[in-house]
Amino acid sequence: MAFTNYIGYALKNLFTKPSTEKYPAQPRQYGERYRGHIENDISKCILCGMCMRSCPSSAITVSKPDYTWKIRPFSCVQCRRCVEVCPVHCLSMHNSYTEPGPEKTEIINRYSDEQIAKEVEKQKAMAAKIAAAKAAAAAKAAEQ
Amino acid sequence: MADNSIKKISIVPFGPQHPVLPEPIHLDLVLQDEKVIDALPSIGFVHRGLEKLVEKRDFQEFVLIAERTCGICSFGHGLGYVEAIESIMDLQVPERAKFLRTMWAELARMHNHLMWLGLLGDAFGFESLFMETWRLRERVLDQLELTTGGRVIFSVNKVGGLRRDVTPGMLESIRKAVESLEKDCRIVTDTFLGDHDVLSRMKGVGKLSPERAVELGCCGPFLRASGVRRDLRTTGYEAYGKLKFEPVISLDGDCYARCEVRIKELYQSMDLVKQCIEKMPDGEVFVPFKGNPDGECMVRIEQPRGEALYYVKANGTKFLTRYRNRTPTYSNIPGLIETIIGAELADVAMMILTIDPCISCTER
Repeated sequence: MAFTNYIGYALKNLFTKPSTEKYPAQPRQYGERYRGHIENDISKCILCGMCMRSCPSSAITVSKPDYTWKIRPFSCVQCRRCVEVCPVHCLSMHNSYTEPGPEKTEIINRYSDEQIAKEVEKQKAMAAKIAAAKAAAAAKAAEQ
Repeated sequence: MADNSIKKISIVPFGPQHPVLPEPIHLDLVLQDEKVIDALPSIGFVHRGLEKLVEKRDFQEFVLIAERTCGICSFGHGLGYVEAIESIMDLQVPERAKFLRTMWAELARMHNHLMWLGLLGDAFGFESLFMETWRLRERVLDQLELTTGGRVIFSVNKVGGLRRDVTPGMLESIRKAVESLEKDCRIVTDTFLGDHDVLSRMKGVGKLSPERAVELGCCGPFLRASGVRRDLRTTGYEAYGKLKFEPVISLDGDCYARCEVRIKELYQSMDLVKQCIEKMPDGEVFVPFKGNPDGECMVRIEQPRGEALYYVKANGTKFLTRYRNRTPTYSNIPGLIETIIGAELADVAMMILTIDPCISCTER
């Protein structure tokens, strides 16, 4: 009896739509919360490296001397941890898959020339400040 | 003596790669003609050293690694680890978070049992049943994707509560999906329990007595199919204490009984999900905390495959000293060997499948 019921149920498949989607002809509808891939808004990024240190799969590399933020999308496990720890909220999770590719490439985000110039100026100012403070301290020590 | 002389003893290596085995376990089967007289298991093909990683990762970040131990019972692994840390730090998780955790744990149980039923259908050659079951499972996965953002790895647990809340619309969608699933599952599960061909493969195969099952330390549906009433959910962790349910048992202890227990648990899980949605309280889902854990704790929870154990030892820094995870399959392997001995070679694959093995989880 169970089997006859099942035959009826299975035969219905001949007259119903397929369960699978016709990808890629029909684009995939992602859910709003779907954890797809990470994107970085480099104009806001301060290259602090919090995301690099908290990444469970070590997919992110941040290099301050080179002004770059890199991610290996094929190593990323889409846990969303980096988005949570980012202090300036420049990282965001998007709900579509990582683009497929023939090689395990890296996505490199680099500071724009303007940002680099600004950063260099900042560093110069900082270095001057430190030097001034050191000179003041040395002068104070000499007086005493 | 004369009897032995006409029988041929041979050793058949079984796995780690075998058409019906979903997991890399290797068995050396000692056969006398077609009958198995001894079986030697060996595992260790997919060891990843996840437990050692606890010394190098922040305890809050390790939740994400703990749940990646396994692709199917991922939610349970995260939950066990988080519960252990929370009890060390003496954190009171909000009620809503507890109910949501219970709901997701039960949805995970549903998708695990549906997956297992499909694999069982595949193991005895009922391909159409396999496809139907996995199609039904897809509806559960869709709901999980909608609410958590992941199909099998949810990443919603965190120390102190949850990373995400759900909206009333999502709860309604889950309730509707579970109700429609309950209706459609009947036809498929009735075929498992009542079809002549299925019965002929499973009835009386791989019997395990309740005494031996307890002695060998079996757990989960494998143990309950032998008639032992042991389900850790009855201890009332998370929100289970506030829900009405009875552990499912079967008395026969054969492959059919294991299938029956899992099917009944599937419906039980649907009922528990509905109860959770009905009783869902309002409020926060996360309690903020400061500091690092110091001390040790052992937590046991009921995974879809059985009882899992989590031991955490912390030292007051953000890196833990030790994390140990004993998975259900690990304690079910002795019981499996007991059932295999004396069976026919053709039934071995199905018997391995009836403990619902997860070797990748076992090796961590």
